[in-house]
Order: sequence, then structure tokens, then C-alpha cells
Amino acid sequence: MILLDEEARLVIRSEGERAYPNECCGFLIGRFGEAGARVVTEARPVRNSREKEERYHRFVIEAEEFMRAEAYARKMGLELLGFYHSHPDHPAEPSGYDEENALPFYSYVIVAVEGGAAKNLTSWELSADRAGFVNEPIGAIPAAFWNANIINIDKEDI
Amino acid sequence: MPVIIQIPTALRQFADGQPEISAEGSTAGDVIAAFAERYPDIKRHLYDEYGALRSFINVFLGENNIKNLEGPATPVKDGDVLILVPAIAGGTGKSA
Repeated sequence: MILLDEEARLVIRSEGERAYPNECCGFLIGRFGEAGARVVTEARPVRNSREKEERYHRFVIEAEEFMRAEAYARKMGLELLGFYHSHPDHPAEPSGYDEENALPFYSYVIVAVEGGAAKNLTSWELSADRAGFVNEPIGAIPAAFWNANIINIDKEDI
Repeated sequence: MPVIIQIPTALRQFADGQPEISAEGSTAGDVIAAFAERYPDIKRHLYDEYGALRSFINVFLGENNIKNLEGPATPVKDGDVLILVPAIAGGTGKSA
């Protein structure tokens, strides 16, 4: 189960639309909640580092960016929980290429962008044996989480 | 000679939950291979079907990606720290 903050959903959708017809990508940052649910409090965009002519169907987040995002999450007292990217004019389902390049543990959120408008949003987790992606239900963050968790919302750059 | 390997969060579940371990070897490739031998469940995430390190797995020796050094043949010495860092990739793969 992944719980997405409303602002994080807006960021993912708007980034998908902004990048269209190319793919956008970014980090999902938050913490673990009850029953191991991933509670995503921030979607943090990052540059798609693929060659310009490949960005319409591919994205890559460089290792250096990954290390910066982990450091940022640690600094905020949070964790790097996963990643998002867009599928321009393509369903919000993982491709074979997504699967080949995925790691277990993380959530992979995909937003379908049709003709420049963000549509379906899905989330997936790779099985530990790499047999395939498993769909992960998306929920909203309950008010009780915010009442119990004080998170510094001054999202500073590092 | 023991070298420290720092393991990314995603792969710690395959290494008894440890954030880092030590392994022996004279090159970065040898050390990673020794690590993978000790924790066989991690192999499929580190290596592809041809036995090469997966393209999205980066190995840093200190601040340097070994891709910019001598790759898996990069020499390591006692006390060096290797950091495993995934690059994240994907996409529709559709044709234009």
C-alpha cells in the first residue's frame, strides 16, 4: 500500500504534463506508516538524464542524483521510498524495460499522459525474485498521520 | 584484504539487513563477486543473465564511479570503501 500526499500527486501529474511528449521522473520521499504502508509526503522532480532524442520513451536518474536524494531524505528525517515517471501516450503499466531496470523494495509510480493531459496513476513493486511487478494500491494519507508526525515542510535544497 | 561494501537500502534484505559488510579481493569486481557468493539471493539483482554487473548498478570507490576508473578491474586495497548505488531507469520503450 502506498499513501500519496495530494500535493505529491499534483507534482507527479503536472511534471508529466510539463515534460510531454517526453518522460519525466523523480523521487518519492516519506516514511513508513502503519502496517508497512509507504507514506509519501513529497514527490521531488529530477532531471531526466537520458539523451534528448531518447526521452520520449526512456528516463534515467543518475547515481549521483540518487545519492543526493538519499542525503536529502536523511536530512529531513525521512526515507527514499521510490520513484515516479510518466508514460506519454502509453498506459500506466510497467514496460519490460521498466522491469529490467527495477529493484525490489521501492515503489514505482507511473502516470499516463495522453495528448499532454495526465490521466491514470498507478504504483508497482518488483517482487524479490524479480519475477515481475506487483500492483500496489494507492491511498490518501489519513489526517491521523499528519497529527502524529511532524515533518519539516521547509523543503530546502542540498 | 578486507574492503567495506556499503549496500543500498533496497538490497539489504538480501544481506541479512546489514547496511555494510566487508569482503576480500584485489579488485572492485572481485570484492563484489565475493559479496555475491556469500549472499546468493543478491546475485540476480547485481548481475544480468550474462554474469555482467547490471547496467544500473554503479560501484563507487570513494567518490569515483569505477566506470571512470578501470571498471571491475579497478584495484582496491585494505580499508577501501565500495558504495553500491543504483541508477534508476525505465520508460515505455515504445517506438517513435
